Amino acid sequence: MAKILVVDDSASMRQMVEFTLKEAGHDVTVAEDGQVALNVAKGKASDLVITDVNMPNMDGITLIRELRALPAYKFTPILTLTTESATEKKMEGKDAGATGWIVKPFNPEKLLATVNKVLG
Amino acid sequence: METKTTDLAPLGPRGALKRETAEGLQYLTFSLAGEEYGIDILKVQEIRGWAPVTKVPNAPAFVRGVMNLRGAIVPVIDLRLRFGLETIEYTKTTVVIVVMVQGATGNRVIGAVVDGVSDVLNLQAADIQPAPDFGTAVHTEFISGLVTIEAGMVMLLDVDRLLSVEEMFALEAVRPSEPVAA
Amino acid sequence: MAIDIGQFVQTFFEESFEGLDIMEAGLLALSPGATVDLEQINTIFRAAHSIKGGSGTFGFREVAEFTHVMETLLDRMREGRMPVTRDAVNTLLESVDCLREMLVAAREKSPVDANRVEEVRERLSELLDAKEAPPGDTGGKPASAAKSPSAQVAGWRIRFRPYPQLMHSGNDPVRMFRELADLGELTARADLGRLPRLAELQPEDCYLAWELELRGAVSRDAVAEAFAWVEGDCELEIEPLAGDAPAPAATAVKAPETAAVPPPADPKPGGPREEGQQGELMLERRKGEDRRRGDRRASVAAADSGSSIRVGIDKVDAVINLVGELVTTQSMLSALGEDFDMSRLDKLHEALDQLDRNTRDLQEHVMRIRMLPVSSVFSRFPRMVHDIGGKLGKQIELRINGEQTELDKTVIEKIGDPLVHLIRNSLDHGLEPPDERIRAGKPETGVITLDAYHKSGSIFIEVGDDGRGLNREALLRKGLDNGLLRAGEEYSDEQIYDLIFHPGLSTAKQISDVSGRGVGMDVVRRNIQDVGGSIQIASRPGKGTRITISLPLTLAILDGQLVSIGQDCYIIPLLSIIESVQIRAGEVNRIPGRGEILRFRGQPLPILRLYEMFGAEGAVTDLEKGLLVVVEADGRQVGLFVDDLQGQQQVSIKSLEKNFRRVAGVAGATILGDGRVGLILDISGLIRTNNAAI
Repeated sequence: MAKILVVDDSASMRQMVEFTLKEAGHDVTVAEDGQVALNVAKGKASDLVITDVNMPNMDGITLIRELRALPAYKFTPILTLTTESATEKKMEGKDAGATGWIVKPFNPEKLLATVNKVLG
Repeated sequence: METKTTDLAPLGPRGALKRETAEGLQYLTFSLAGEEYGIDILKVQEIRGWAPVTKVPNAPAFVRGVMNLRGAIVPVIDLRLRFGLETIEYTKTTVVIVVMVQGATGNRVIGAVVDGVSDVLNLQAADIQPAPDFGTAVHTEFISGLVTIEAGMVMLLDVDRLLSVEEMFALEAVRPSEPVAA
Repeated sequence: MAIDIGQFVQTFFEESFEGLDIMEAGLLALSPGATVDLEQINTIFRAAHSIKGGSGTFGFREVAEFTHVMETLLDRMREGRMPVTRDAVNTLLESVDCLREMLVAAREKSPVDANRVEEVRERLSELLDAKEAPPGDTGGKPASAAKSPSAQVAGWRIRFRPYPQLMHSGNDPVRMFRELADLGELTARADLGRLPRLAELQPEDCYLAWELELRGAVSRDAVAEAFAWVEGDCELEIEPLAGDAPAPAATAVKAPETAAVPPPADPKPGGPREEGQQGELMLERRKGEDRRRGDRRASVAAADSGSSIRVGIDKVDAVINLVGELVTTQSMLSALGEDFDMSRLDKLHEALDQLDRNTRDLQEHVMRIRMLPVSSVFSRFPRMVHDIGGKLGKQIELRINGEQTELDKTVIEKIGDPLVHLIRNSLDHGLEPPDERIRAGKPETGVITLDAYHKSGSIFIEVGDDGRGLNREALLRKGLDNGLLRAGEEYSDEQIYDLIFHPGLSTAKQISDVSGRGVGMDVVRRNIQDVGGSIQIASRPGKGTRITISLPLTLAILDGQLVSIGQDCYIIPLLSIIESVQIRAGEVNRIPGRGEILRFRGQPLPILRLYEMFGAEGAVTDLEKGLLVVVEADGRQVGLFVDDLQGQQQVSIKSLEKNFRRVAGVAGATILGDGRVGLILDISGLIRTNNAAI
């Protein structure tokens, strides 16, 4: 049972991820872009952040950098949702401080497995 | 008058109708100008006493008007006038049978004013005889069959036909004033 | 545990269609060649990206693959690696259309036109090839995949030496070990060699290293995957363990899933397609395209229309508040009812007033839920104008105002086609080609304006252009030819322009600025009248044409003026009433062939004796003893003669046609306060009948 922050500008993705994680008993907060997510994060700690990369207002990479600057989020696992199987995109996230990534499309089972792996 | 059994009934509107009513069904019977008629009870939504209706301009005489049925606008037909008979003054026993009519464009709810409601009959297919080709008060197009009970004969009406908008506003007479055309 | 994500598919479709609209609008706004608006391209890119991600997640592989190609193209554009050319924009626009079709097919589970998809994809690929040698990224898989496939060995020896900053990214070696432990039997030995003295220890850095042994039938890939996230942050060696012969059985180890979206089909070595040929192809496709696009949008819209409506939360909240107030009022009345006597009559009135207000407000707000902004209808026009303008070789600018004006959903659905028709007329016939415009001293670019606004209880939509205007002479001639006008009579401009709405006017000799889809204008008017609206044309030769459509705010509720005619009670829509007057002797002229006319404020006003029209019994027949209600519709006025006014009431309109049929002169019915049925008069219809009768 963990506090997870999910950030994605696609409503269907948000819904799907939120639902999947909630079914597994986690406490989920959603945000539709980096700016909203950052505001949430400033007020509330999380055990894990899952964020899309391409979003309006503030993209995922910037969000990660901003989160890492917050004391509460210095070591919080952050995973990016990326559709690129190309290395550079994943590395971009890592350079900004992300823990790892999940490649889209993923099925709910894979999502949960990855989340469990990260949360221990 | 030839008596035909259900099995040998000729194909054609009447024959088809008879097959529909072949399952043992209930009929609501009512009286109109001294004759008894019956309607498939599944088509009867409710029975109300007569209450004043709102006139509809330029409608045929048998359309008395429209009434408020729990928020729905329902036309009220005077069956006597529809049958080409004289209408009478409405009394305490005058009733409006609210019927659900199946039409080409969907189901309609229509009220029909009759002299009075009589009974509910339980019938079997075998009880129903085909309507005669002539000699009835109502055009045989609208009669799905005939039943003889102790009190007399009951004409079973095909309300979908009788109260269909097309039929009602067509110029055909309901009463066979002349020998029936083929 | 199987989790069903099917419930989110609907949302995916909704947002994807919206995304396509965003892409289309964005593409239309891009001016090829000019300085690239980065934000604009980013928006388009993100929309494509979302659709790609979602379609992959929800299992629509072909859609994902197709979108991937679009996305790659857009990605290059936003990075400046590819110029934004007109060809690219048009191809992308076509791709949007294609994608829309694919999504509809996916939603309806119907087949998609594979040839077309392939065709468009090829063109996209060509653009990708032609402009830049594609770097090896489209098909790039992580290098590890090229390594040996899952070999079955006894196990692996792993040397894992993280760099100090490994934990800064939130990674934790323990987690990785746990993951490995799931795969097989894990033993670990820590190497403390690099651990500094306590005083120098940075608590956030990682100084430890490990030697691990993982025993089991595990593939190298699985082991590597556990360390996938820290690849750049550590030294990692994975060697097979010397040991027993590999266990032959299949293991429960999952193969890594790194490349989930298959790379797009290799672009075909650009089959030599001449520019000219390609141009022709595009033109041929265009022939049925408008209709197809209309169909496509219609099919998207139609599939949506019956099923759902998107409502702003604010509207829902407003209704919730009002229901709350209603409940309060109900309790008040309930309390009053329990212990009532005449001394509390005032309180009763108060409560009833409140109830009246609550109900009215609630009614109004609930109706608003069915209201959608006209933008949903207007949104198809920029594309249409862009494409048809291009095809006709005309420069056309479309200006839209008042897109947020709201209309009842049903009305919106019904005015779509009429508006398409009107705009096509402007495009085809109203607006002149550039050289003609220049000769006429007008700017080269023609303007079509589309305005929507509220006014005095109705919604107005205006379609205007600054083109040629209507040809009055030609229309007059046609009217005379067809016998619709009488020779030698004076007709106003308005009357002549009105001829456009007559069916069959154009079936005779075609006049270019009038006909075109000639048979359409009467249908346009009928469609508009069907939803209770009206349409008018104004025009100035050489300057342009403006068509004004007025529509009722809502189809379901009306403010009505009750009038009595004999024993019957009818309702006149309050908005159509100008005033009510008493007729005095000598004010009425009887004109043969025209009926009775009242001199009203200097204008002749036809009088309709409603009791005659409706066959009412016991009505007032003496014009001086009743009341004349002056009403207006479609720019025309008429006086309705009734017995008296009865009162005003807000009524909800019910159709007579549901159980009965349409009655001439009657727009609908309603339930009055006393439970009776009241018939609502169709003012437009009455006026039309009156005119026809003349």
